[in-house]
Amino acid sequence: MSIAGTRVVRVEDQKLITTGGTYVEDLRGDALTGAVHAMFVRSPIAHARITSIDTSEALAAPGVIAVYTAADIDLPPAPVDPVTQSWLADGVVRYVGEAVALVLAEQRYQLADAAELIDIDYDPLEPVSSIDAALADETLLFPEHGSNVMQVNGKEFDEKTFDDCEVVVTRTIVNQRVAPVPLEVRGAACTWGDDGRLMVWLSTQNAQIARTVVAAGLGVGEESVRIVTPDVGGGFGAKVGADPEVVALGWAARHSGRAIRWTETRSENLTSMTHGRAQQNTITIGGRRDGTVLAFRLEVVQDTGAYPRLPFLPILTELMASGVYHFPRVETASRAVATNTAPISAYRGAGRPEATAAVERAMDLFAAEIGMDPGEVRKANFIAPEEFPYQTPTGASYDTGDYATALDRVLEAGGYADLRAEQARRRASGDPVALGLGISSYVEVTAGDDSGGEGGRVDINPDGSVTAYTGSSPHGQGLGTSLAMLLSDQLGIPLDKIAVRHGDTDEVPKGIGTFASRSLQMGGSAMRLAADQVIARARELAANMLEASPDDLELNVDQGVWQVRGAPASSTVTWAQLAERAGEGELSADEWYDEGAPTFPFGAHLAVVEVDTLTGKVELRRLIAVDDAGPVVNPLAFRGQRHGGLGQGAAQALLEVMNYDPDGNPTTATLADYSFISATELPDFELVNMETPTTRNLLGVKGIGEAATIGSTPAVHNAVVDAVAHLGVRHIDMPTTPVRVWQALGDARKAEAK
Amino acid sequence: MKVAIEVNGQTVAEEVEDRTLLVHYLRETAGLTATNIGCDTTSCGACTVLLDGESVKSCTMLAAQADGHAITTMEGLTADDGELHPLQRAFREQHGLQCGFCTPGMIMASVSLLDHNPKPTRQEVRDGLEGNLCRCTGYHNIVSAVVEASGQEVDR
Ligand code: FES
Ligand code: FES
Repeated sequence: MSIAGTRVVRVEDQKLITTGGTYVEDLRGDALTGAVHAMFVRSPIAHARITSIDTSEALAAPGVIAVYTAADIDLPPAPVDPVTQSWLADGVVRYVGEAVALVLAEQRYQLADAAELIDIDYDPLEPVSSIDAALADETLLFPEHGSNVMQVNGKEFDEKTFDDCEVVVTRTIVNQRVAPVPLEVRGAACTWGDDGRLMVWLSTQNAQIARTVVAAGLGVGEESVRIVTPDVGGGFGAKVGADPEVVALGWAARHSGRAIRWTETRSENLTSMTHGRAQQNTITIGGRRDGTVLAFRLEVVQDTGAYPRLPFLPILTELMASGVYHFPRVETASRAVATNTAPISAYRGAGRPEATAAVERAMDLFAAEIGMDPGEVRKANFIAPEEFPYQTPTGASYDTGDYATALDRVLEAGGYADLRAEQARRRASGDPVALGLGISSYVEVTAGDDSGGEGGRVDINPDGSVTAYTGSSPHGQGLGTSLAMLLSDQLGIPLDKIAVRHGDTDEVPKGIGTFASRSLQMGGSAMRLAADQVIARARELAANMLEASPDDLELNVDQGVWQVRGAPASSTVTWAQLAERAGEGELSADEWYDEGAPTFPFGAHLAVVEVDTLTGKVELRRLIAVDDAGPVVNPLAFRGQRHGGLGQGAAQALLEVMNYDPDGNPTTATLADYSFISATELPDFELVNMETPTTRNLLGVKGIGEAATIGSTPAVHNAVVDAVAHLGVRHIDMPTTPVRVWQALGDARKAEAK
Repeated sequence: MKVAIEVNGQTVAEEVEDRTLLVHYLRETAGLTATNIGCDTTSCGACTVLLDGESVKSCTMLAAQADGHAITTMEGLTADDGELHPLQRAFREQHGLQCGFCTPGMIMASVSLLDHNPKPTRQEVRDGLEGNLCRCTGYHNIVSAVVEASGQEVDR
């Protein structure tokens, strides 16, 4: 009987709930005995010239081994197209939190003491602290580049695009900067071995990409670097690869001849780990009064922060601009601009949530303008099931979908009609606590990266157990359990005899890792291929042992034995016997899966909020979700991914923002200031099932890691605006904090009075 | 200074710097690394342990303040024969953890919560765990885990 599709508690958990995971900071191995501690000294100022650095006093402080600055590091800077970034700030600092010096000390507590003694003189430059300031191009972050615009994409817009529209709405919507805040901050440990190789333990989402980054940064061959990923306490896109700090640490370990441990503080993490989102999007939507949208335009301005780390973010937003809709005309363009703030990179969804937020707000604005129910407007414009595969005007090829059914199911589950009636009652009675309903229909792209596949290896051990190796890099998703379930079904070997390993570049030299919700579809398909190969090899061996033709052999997956079709049950061979016969390490296959194409999960969310119109306070009461990512391997993990996504997505709509003041100082630089959502602010989630398979990989699956984040942000956002729509409010930028809602209500009142 | 703390039933007595935080004492001196550090502002609860049975954030206390007291960490919940505490079991059964980083603190805070309120409603669990942050789970299954551990039925 197949276990895929049944709820299986995770094999990962036993350790995590007893002794706890082994995160980088928990490593106690011999290689790190006597390791020194590292700390980066970071810029307290957004934009300045460094005029002098005096490290002499710090060097004399107790326990200090070394203090390094850009002058010491003899490595070429990292290319961050179209500019470069030094491993430690070289001459100029461009954001608060940029690393300027690196201190090594024998003991952890000595670091902060020594850092205090480093004397750095800064000559302040004008800060560029917002997208608008960057676009003005008055102060340049990189004068040699000639502009703060780092990248431009898209064609000129056609003046006539909206000519035949009865109604046209346009608005600029801020998709605010948020901090990823994995609960485990960044950390690494490293040491150079006697063999001349650098060993790095790193909290990362992909050891192999980290190896490439570190080797390139240090100017050594990849064979000279080994990365090991211990347990990782969350990544959410911000732990893809390796940050510049890791290269600086590798260099410092070589220069000092010491093993090094590094763990940043949370405040450091909030100011100097990459942030996400940070777009300013202008939408224009036009159509007929019957609800038909005829044209949609999206103009993206992406804040890249001080160094452009991920050029494809705004491009992905453009790609997904038209969402689930069959819009006849779609135009997009994007610009990416540098500001004196922390660099922007991937954060759960990476470019797609921004697209969904823009188009789903646009649909609500259009619906409000023509006075139609937002659900009805959506239904009037969905791509129909028979149109798949559907080529979007922006160049995406959607695989499969049924957007209308997803919306119907979520509205039905939520009791939409009754909720609307309740809303009307409250409005009629002048209830100060307004009810708001927010819908979002979404499609997103998973494994949309162009990273060239994924690896999987299956070894049958002499005792009949399995050791599998994946190039994916799970860090909370439960992929180890999911892959083991698939292997168990395929090989007929019980779950407890299957170990899935990942994240050591010596064990798994080729791999891409976990991001873009790619792991099950790519890593799972690679594992399927490898198991297929092992089965083919086993068939030959079993035929030989049972003196039968390979064609007559069958694998009895219920018992995990090979048998001759139709022969007495006594003549069977086990996996252990086959492994024995094959010889040590011989019953094994190592495969690379690169056939897969991006897939397009979709769904619909309904959010119900209450807004106190006297105070502006928003309470999220219900969040109901359809998230369709094809067939589900482990419903337990699948639901968990959706829960986490819903929470994070709702948090962006309600609370979270990484703020900088006009001088470029971060004002939400600790967890006391940054509005990380807690259990009290979230409701229980209501999940509705739907499974539409794809044809684009061996398993028929799509990714689920980011889907619910993408759907929930605009649903909650739309609900808040809907709650106060009757009071004349059409839009409130996220996060919809009490102050913002209260202000919007005041503005609407003033506008009405005029 | 010399600090002696009974950690999970065993006395650990070591010479440490005066400014040593309790969480560092547990992780480095006592060698128990389940207890994690997730912030520097007493905001996240990843470091939650029990001090004489009451939950405290061990990043916010000096080891010296715990001198002569009894501390329980997540490692101390598992019985000698390996039998799991009902909360450990419930977190696994209900998938109340993903990356696991918040889990030790979350479980210890939940022990204390159930001590004070043995049959909490879901909302009471949410309110009781407000000081413990999780980035992965959206809290839904954490709430379910605590409800299950309290012997009540989980209906969602
Ligand atoms: S480490 Fe965050 S509260 Fe203690
Ligand atoms: S499980 Fe990852 S922070 Fe809670």
